[in-house]
Amino acid sequence: MNAATLFGLSGAALVGFGLYGLVTNPEPLRKILAFNLLGSGVFLVFGVVSRRAAASGLGGDPVPQAMVITAIVVAFAATAMAIALVLRLLQETGRSTLSADNSGGTNTDGGNS
Amino acid sequence: MTILSVFDIGLVVLILGIGASTIAAREAFAAVIGFVVYGLLLSIAWVRLSAVDVALTEAAIGGGMTGMLMLGAVVRLRLAKGSDTRASLPVRFSAGVLCALVTAGLAAAILSPPEAIPTLAPMVMENLAQSGLGNPVAGVLFVYRALDTLLEKVVLILALLGVWSLAPDSVWGGIPGLRVYARPSSTLTFLAQLLPPVGIVVAIYMCWVGAKEPGGAFQGGTVLAAMWLLVMIAGLKRVPSISQPWLRLLLVVGPVIFLAIGLAGMVLANAFLAYPPGYAKPLIVAVEVALTLSIGVALGLLAAGPPERVQQR
Repeated sequence: MNAATLFGLSGAALVGFGLYGLVTNPEPLRKILAFNLLGSGVFLVFGVVSRRAAASGLGGDPVPQAMVITAIVVAFAATAMAIALVLRLLQETGRSTLSADNSGGTNTDGGNS
Repeated sequence: MTILSVFDIGLVVLILGIGASTIAAREAFAAVIGFVVYGLLLSIAWVRLSAVDVALTEAAIGGGMTGMLMLGAVVRLRLAKGSDTRASLPVRFSAGVLCALVTAGLAAAILSPPEAIPTLAPMVMENLAQSGLGNPVAGVLFVYRALDTLLEKVVLILALLGVWSLAPDSVWGGIPGLRVYARPSSTLTFLAQLLPPVGIVVAIYMCWVGAKEPGGAFQGGTVLAAMWLLVMIAGLKRVPSISQPWLRLLLVVGPVIFLAIGLAGMVLANAFLAYPPGYAKPLIVAVEVALTLSIGVALGLLAAGPPERVQQR
């Protein structure tokens, strides 16, 4: 097994970890974190595709590499937006949970009221 | 077994272990710290995959910036009331099985590569000389897929608009709620005085060298943003209110110059985002410099969060 395959398999495992965290962990922030883990696993798999296509004296195909760089930036922008939403939810309701049944007499619509 | 393959196996074990611990950790704080370490280890993996440009971006964004955002959020979320109920055991078990299936599917795809591996690398190298660039990744980002790069910067600005628009109406145009830790003669103050000159030189170097070697506008911009945030957090420089005209000008200068050069290409080179022959490299460097500034400001403001205070007049 060469290095690229090894990293590809660990990327596949990271996708599994991230997906599991995203589904089972109830806290919004932990879900965002798990989603980032999932994303980085996908990028790693994509990077292995790039490494395999090494040609013309390059270490890897530059097209997937450039796409991963764009993807990391967009993932960061989405994460920043998601965290701002969670903090706004906290500001509005004093809670940071996504479950609707947890009624504590607070405003649960989460909107701009 | 060579020393490098031992290194790779160790690296993969560390990445998987720390990745799993960010999911399994009880405390959100521990999970976020784990995530920062994970980002740095992952960037070493990218170096091992010969993708140094990606490694720089992953270390700066995946570890640094995302980690900082999340740490800030963890501290604030400690104030939150009410606790979430954990998923029940059968749910967790079935989720685990299904996630393992996803992993197995991906692993099967990786273990059975196609006969002829599709690659665009020869085509990239064939025409790279015309652009005057030496770094094929920069070539892809600024020549072949320039539209992607332009829209990526627009996404950053749109995300920033989204974050800002989460502010209550009363503080619109106010000062972002970045936590400031101004303590005289602390280590933080010392570092905030010591690091920025070095960091700014590193950022300029990364931006300049991006045309030839790994580096570029994005990596340089991230270093600039980190230096700016450091100075603001240490209280050496005020957090500016988001209605400042200079701030908004810096935010859009990169994409606007990129777009202007792209539109000029329609007249001078017969295609949107094409560069006139012979002028490709100077134009790309000009775009990179402007983008570095815009990215630095955009990332800094994304990390600073929505406005929370009204500016004192």
